[in-house]
Order: sequence, then C-alpha cells, then structure tokens
Amino acid sequence: MRKYLLLAPLIALSTPAHANLNVFACEPEWGALSTEIGGDKVNVYTATTGAQDPHQIQARPSLIAKARSADVTVCDGAELEIGWMPMILQQANNSKIAPGQPGDFTATSYVRLQEQPSRLDRAEGDIHAAGNPHIQTDPRNILPVAKALAARFAQLDAANAATYNGRLADFAKRWTTALAKWTAQAAPLKGVNIAVQHHAWIYMEQWLGLHEVVPLEPKPGVPPSSGYLAEVLQKLQATPAKFVIRAAYEDDRPSSFVSEHAGIPAVMLPYTVGGTDQAKDLFSLYDDTINRMLQGLKK
Amino acid sequence: MRRLLFLAALLLATPAFADEAGDLKAIKAQIAQMQHDYDGRIRSLEKRLAKAEGELKVARATPPGKATAVASATGSNAAAQTFDQTAPQPSAPPPDAAPQDVVADNGPPPPAAAPTSNNAFNPGIAAVLNGFYVAASRDTQKQTIRGVQNGDESGLPLRGFSLGESEVSLTANIDPYMSGFLDFSMQDDNSLSVEEAYILSKDLPYGLTVKAGRFLSGIGYLNERHAHDWSFSDAPLPYRAFLNSQYGDDGVQVRWLAPTDQFLEFGAELFRGDAYPAAGAGHTGQGTVTAFVHTGNDIDDASSYLAALSYLHSRAENRTDDDGHSFTGDDDLGIASLIYKWAPGGNPTVNNLTLSSELFYGREAGAFDAVPFAQDRFGWYAQGVYQFMPRWSFGLRYAALSTSMPGPMLSGSPLDDFGHSPRAETALLEFDTSEFGRFRMQYTHDESDLKPNDELLFQYTVIYGPHGAHRY
Repeated sequence: MRKYLLLAPLIALSTPAHANLNVFACEPEWGALSTEIGGDKVNVYTATTGAQDPHQIQARPSLIAKARSADVTVCDGAELEIGWMPMILQQANNSKIAPGQPGDFTATSYVRLQEQPSRLDRAEGDIHAAGNPHIQTDPRNILPVAKALAARFAQLDAANAATYNGRLADFAKRWTTALAKWTAQAAPLKGVNIAVQHHAWIYMEQWLGLHEVVPLEPKPGVPPSSGYLAEVLQKLQATPAKFVIRAAYEDDRPSSFVSEHAGIPAVMLPYTVGGTDQAKDLFSLYDDTINRMLQGLKK
Repeated sequence: MRRLLFLAALLLATPAFADEAGDLKAIKAQIAQMQHDYDGRIRSLEKRLAKAEGELKVARATPPGKATAVASATGSNAAAQTFDQTAPQPSAPPPDAAPQDVVADNGPPPPAAAPTSNNAFNPGIAAVLNGFYVAASRDTQKQTIRGVQNGDESGLPLRGFSLGESEVSLTANIDPYMSGFLDFSMQDDNSLSVEEAYILSKDLPYGLTVKAGRFLSGIGYLNERHAHDWSFSDAPLPYRAFLNSQYGDDGVQVRWLAPTDQFLEFGAELFRGDAYPAAGAGHTGQGTVTAFVHTGNDIDDASSYLAALSYLHSRAENRTDDDGHSFTGDDDLGIASLIYKWAPGGNPTVNNLTLSSELFYGREAGAFDAVPFAQDRFGWYAQGVYQFMPRWSFGLRYAALSTSMPGPMLSGSPLDDFGHSPRAETALLEFDTSEFGRFRMQYTHDESDLKPNDELLFQYTVIYGPHGAHRY
C-alpha cells in the first residue's frame, strides 16, 4: 500500500491527456448524480457523507488535495457550503474550479429557489441569501440539474459528449417513471401535518403536499432551548402533527424529545444518498424517504 | 369619453341659477378654451406614446446577439445595459428577460441565485471584537518568562477589564489574478497597527500561490491563524517565548501544493526581519527566511490529521526589550506540529475533539548585552478541546520550556532561568452562541516566572461582517 502511495504522485503527473473528468462533488446526492450522468467517463470524489451536516464541514487537508486535481466541482451552491468551500478553493488554488469557471457547477442555479429572505440579518440565524438550498428533497428538482450537468460535462469533455447525453436520456426516462411511482406511493401523505427539526424540507413539502406545522429550531441553525421546545409542544397541541422528521445527520435529541412529549413518531429521513443504509443511490433515496414517512403515518 | 365626463362634471358644478346670458357665454368660452388645451395635451401624449412604441419595436427587432446571451446567462439587468445607450431605456424589464417566467422544468432554467459576492465591488468588511476580564494572583504585567528575552507581545492580558485586541479586516478580489487582504488591529491603549496587509495570487499554474506584503508566517500550526481562531484565548507558552506570540513581518511567501491525493504543501518565505525574534532588518532588509511543509489526510470518515515541519532562521540586530537589554545574533527555530481531529461519523455538530501538539527546538547565538553566548532552547505544548454538547466545549492545555544556561557571564540576566523550567497548565470552558459569537472562561496556573501566577479569565469574541471560512 505504501509503495502505491509513493507512486501516486508519479502516476498523477504522467496521466494521459484523455483522462476521465475528475469530479469533486460537495454532497452525496450530487456525487450520485455525477455518476449517473458520467458513468465510467468520470472519477467522482464525494467530499461529504450522509452522516455529515453539509453546513458544517471543515476544510480538511484531504478535501484540499482532492480539489487541487479536480476538473469540476459539483456542489449545491446557494451558500450551503459557504463555511468551508471558499477556504478549500483558496488553498487548492485550482483555476479550473474557481467561481464562475466552467468547472464550477452549482445545482441550485438550475432550480427556482424558494424563501429568498426579505431581510438579510444574522439575527435571523443561519439564513441563505439566495434562498433555501435544500433542493434535493424534491426529486422533481433533480432532472433540470441533471440536464445542466450533462451539458456541463459535455462542455468540459467534448470527446465524451455523446456518452453524457445518452446517459442523461436514459436517466431522464428512468427518473420520470420513478417520479410517477413515488407520487402515487406518497398519495397518503398529501395534506398531512408534520413537524421538522431543521427547516430543510420545504421542497419536499411542496412536492408531496405535506404541511409543516412547526420547525424545532427557533431560527435556522439555532439549536432549540428547552423553553422553545415547550412552545413547540404547545403549537403541536393546537395543531397536531402526524410525525416529526429530521435528517440522518442531525442530533436526534430535539426530535426524540418532541416525539416523546407530543406522542407522535419521530421519523429519521436519509436526506441524501448514504443517509441511511437503504438510500444507496438517488433512486433508493426517495424510495426510502417515502417508505419511512408512510411507516410514520401508520404508527 | 373622458372629455364628456369632464364636461358633465363642469355642468354639474355650474351654479344652477347662472341664467344671465353674459355669464353663460363666459362659461362657454372658458369651457371651449379648456377643451382646446385638453385636446392639445392629449395629442401630445399620444404622439409621445407612439414615438416610444416605435423605439421599443426597433429595440425588439435588433437586440444584439450578445445581449440575449447575457440576459439568459445571468438573468440580470445586464441586457438592459447592452441596449443602444442613446435610445431611451424602457423602464420595464427588457423583452428578452420576460420569457423567464414561463420556464419551469425544461429548457435553460432561470439562474435564480444572484451571483453572490461581498457587497458587489465593495470589499468585504469584517470586525472581530474582543473583551477580557482577568483576575490574577500577581500583577500580570510584571510576570516574565524566565530564560528568554521577552518580546513586547509575550505577556499575559491586563488585570481587570480590558479590550484585548479588536480587528477590522477588508478583503476583496483585486482582479482575476489577485486578491487583497488588509487587517487593522486596535490595542487596549488605542494604538492602531497594521496586522496584515497583503496581496495573494489567485490564478498561478502548477498549484503555486504567492503572497506578498505584511502577513503572519506559515510556520507552525497556530502562527498564521489570527488570535480569534485559536482554541484558547492566548498563545501557548512556546509561542509567547520564542515567537512573541506570533511571527508576522513584511515579506513574500511562495507555496506549492503537490498534485497528490495526500495533502502535501511546501512553502518558503523571505521576510524583512523587523519583528521578534528578528530585529533591525538584518541582511539588508531580508533578515528572516523560513521553510515549511504540511501534509495531512483523512484517517477514516471520523478522523483526520495535519502534520507540519517548519524552520525559521532570523537575524536580530540590537533587539531591545523594555528593560534595556539588547541581543544581536542569529536565531534558529524548528517546529514540529501534529493536529488530529475527530467527530462521530465526521459530523462535528454535536461532539468533536481536536488534539494538537507542537515541539519547538531552537538555538540563539550572538551577543546578549555585548556578552557572547549561545543558548539551546526547547519548548512544547499539548492541548485537547472536546465539544461535549452542541455549543459547549471543554479544553486542557499543558506547555513547558527549557533553556540551557548561557554561561556565568549572563547569570542573573533574563536568559538565566535560575534552574526553573517555565510551564503552564490551562483549563477552558467555552460556550458558543453561534459560529460568530463565543464566550470563554479560562483558568491558568502559570509558572513561567519564578513565582507562580494563577489567572482566571473571561472573554467574549464576536465576528461580524463577511468573514472568510477558517482553516483546518
């Protein structure tokens, strides 16, 4: 193993011109989408796992090293990565992936973002000026991003453009079928009241017609105090919710507390690929998400 | 139609008993005059409207190809700006932008996110505010570190309330090739100093980065981090003793990041040599030279490390201290640093642990108060900070020094440690209101002087304004 490590720099330097595209995916959902579109023409490195809060990643040495040799970054954007990507970009000093370059791909640029704040003030908590960045909670947002990503890959690697477009067409077909299936499966969730831990599910709520009664964070990114949780319980008494959801990466204590005291199930959702064992790829991500909420409804 | 209404209104307003013919005539004449004026105004308005429509049609018919591309690429007002500058600008959005609203799922979607930048072309302005309250068993300003010549920044914070150091920084891209960073620091005594002022390359090939100006040296681990980024509220003892808390100077730095999966970065610096441990800008203003190498990687999903080796050589020409002692000679310092971070699943939001340790080995040789000498010096610290629940963390630090006796001629001088090895033990409790606000309580038992000092410190640190992401 060590021998190979020593050889690595030599291999990297002697890479032939027709190498695969090196993709640096900020989050697992965009890593999975890059694999769907790029297939064996791309090497995908995913910077974070489903167990990690994408707001709070450290600019680790490994990420800097990977960004140094990336041809394209596939990130969420809308300031989701503002706490770490700028430092990685600065230290990696790779002009291909500098902001505004073709190697800088942000998924949220291809979807109409909700909840642009009318007031930009840190007193409002962890708000994103461009709007709510958690677009992957609605699978309908994946297709426009996939189209743009295939176009971007084709722009960066014209030799394989046909492959990217072909894979996109195939993906779009499978995705459209899956969307119809999910929408049918999720029919019982329409109009259901829910509570959420972080206000990250707005796109999913719109997709499935879920109704968010209350978030467990008083302001985005601000951990709830016990006083605030008491308020939440009061609200839930007035407007009962069927279950409370949280992302796999989030602390389970606030939702467990509310679950116990309001007598409603706590439902942990994968949030992204790898968030749960079942969410292995983009398709199983939504299979599992709907399945877990349907289970929550039965309890 | 409007004219009819107008007449009706006038008729209604006309006094009912204006039966005298003269009055009626006068009124009729008035009305005729008003009607005439009114028609004239309406005609002129109609003309202007027709003219504006004509211009709009021309603008529609000949939109520059570029403008269309820009409009669909940025969705901003860029298109409006690229229209013929002499034509009156329609106040409505340019026609090319209009179809955006129709685009939903297919076709080139609207880039909803406006390009983010710090206040458009204004530099990002950020402030770091600090405040201390210190209770200490001895006068902190009289405590020294035995065995070394103390620099002016090596001391402990003032007793009682004080501001410590507040900072204001301005940062922005200068052009596609450089960015600039300026950082003012305001001290307790209302003096203002330029802590950092440098330009940084953005677009050099082969993984090269060049920095020039005044900046904190990249040696060690803590050195290039601003004080507000440290895990404890002061620098560990070896930094205070050997680097006057932090070494920054005027110079140039080159870094090279190797194209490997293992993070591997080399750097070298050349400085003026005017700040402790250097002094007097020796060697014609190139008194300090440094070199360092950083390497690091993930161990698994949960843990990662960073290791560094650094070397600093500096020339001191008549380095004086408050007590009038003077040193002229050479200072060599090597630093080995190891940082380890762990969080369950690599998710630091609830629990996380940072362990770090640095070893310092150096030698100072030359003349102290005109007495020739050479002294070997060793120092180290180890610290750990554990976030035991969201917002709350706890830390421990141990630091120690030892210096060789520089010879009988200098016994009793600051270089004489009287057989006493300086050391300090520190405990920390920290509460973060958010990533931008922090309160600390820190207790230190400091034996850097012959008589120990116990110190209890309370500190707040806040950051506001666009502040760059922090280093690992």
